[in-house]
Amino acid sequence: METSRDDFVIAIRSAFLKKGTQQRFSLLSLIFFSIILLILSSLNFKAINYVKIVIKEIAYRSSFIVSVPENFIKDSYLVIQKHNNLYNENEKNKSELESLKAKDLLNYFIILENQRLKKIFDDYLVESDTVFAKVLSDKGSPFLKSIIINKGSKHNINLGMITMDGAYLVGKVVEVNYLSSRVLLLSDLNSKIPVIVEPNEVFSILSGTGKDYGVIQYSKKYENIKNESIIYTSGTANLFKAGIPIGIISSNYLSEEKKIEFFSDFSQLKFVKIVSFKKNEAK
Amino acid sequence: MIGLRNKTFIRKILSQIPLILLFVSVLNNSDFNYLDVKYFSFNFSYILIFYYSLKKSESLGYIYIFIAGLFNDVVIGTPIGLSSLLYLILCGAAAYLRNITLRPSLIKDCIFFLITILIINSLFFISLNFIFNHELNYFDQMINIIFTFLLYFLFSNLFDFFENYFVGNNNVG
Repeated sequence: METSRDDFVIAIRSAFLKKGTQQRFSLLSLIFFSIILLILSSLNFKAINYVKIVIKEIAYRSSFIVSVPENFIKDSYLVIQKHNNLYNENEKNKSELESLKAKDLLNYFIILENQRLKKIFDDYLVESDTVFAKVLSDKGSPFLKSIIINKGSKHNINLGMITMDGAYLVGKVVEVNYLSSRVLLLSDLNSKIPVIVEPNEVFSILSGTGKDYGVIQYSKKYENIKNESIIYTSGTANLFKAGIPIGIISSNYLSEEKKIEFFSDFSQLKFVKIVSFKKNEAK
Repeated sequence: MIGLRNKTFIRKILSQIPLILLFVSVLNNSDFNYLDVKYFSFNFSYILIFYYSLKKSESLGYIYIFIAGLFNDVVIGTPIGLSSLLYLILCGAAAYLRNITLRPSLIKDCIFFLITILIINSLFFISLNFIFNHELNYFDQMINIIFTFLLYFLFSNLFDFFENYFVGNNNVG
């Protein structure tokens, strides 16, 4: 009994304390070093923050370079897939275009009327800073849905600025470095934003799921949310400008939960628009 | 003479392949999302680190594993130092197994690997959820552990093949 305990201690000691060939540090010293690093970074220690910024800049740039072959394979796969669906998509687009042309004329009038009314209430927001950024890395791990963009504090990117793919909301900036930033996508488990569901004007919270869809949470008028309702930002709490389209309540899901299909495909983001809004001063 | 020198040079490059693979895997974080395969994810770096710490510990230096962990934290957005800690615990477990093993067998390695990744993923989950208040999907983590464990068989054989036929190290396996 005593001997087997000794063997265990010897094996553990040899594994953690002995420096192997070409090893400059023992395992235990490096483990202690990582724990210290973890503690100091959670305490926001200044020196660690600088180290973090340097590592981030190096890692983001190298990640972009390393991803090139995989991105090439991914793009080729998607191009082939798109080619296969081209004919059907074209037919569908043609019929959609006809109906959209008619709707557009009506919308133009409504937009102008809406702008006029909002100006009266002093609630009309206009884009103040717009920066176009390239997506360096979109490594959606199972644990975090975010993208890295090639613009940082040098290009006037600030925390909380919203990120759009065309007219659709994608997420918001949660980390700003000197030459790069991280955008938390709406699909991330930790993303929660105030939204309005139209028609029926249901205010609610859109929560990410860690998958490619979101869910509607904390709404009292749950039964008023119908399939294929459109989700817009509500503008509550001044987090986002009101009325940015986000997604549609999906009719494919049969469960009770209200699932949202995002208008933008987060796995296909190449370029995004980083925007902040301010009140329109011109009356 | 030149042929011999070229051979040594190529062997030197090939012996660095595990290290290159480690950095590529942490920087690339391959997840095959674009294939639209639901419920499929695995941690290649865990497999690589465990295998090489167990079979050929001189291939991946602890310091490189530590740096790879820092890079992984930055890429996936976890608190800095966490992945390094987990990678080093994995190395420690592999080194312990190497010390107590007289006759290596793939099944024993796999079972030990499963226990180790269960422990380190629990640590990962506990530290992120309870210390850093970062929500995690428990189900996704379980899927990740299961596929990492299952793919260890495949990658272990691939690495054995690579070491025996390309690097020419007959002690592996």
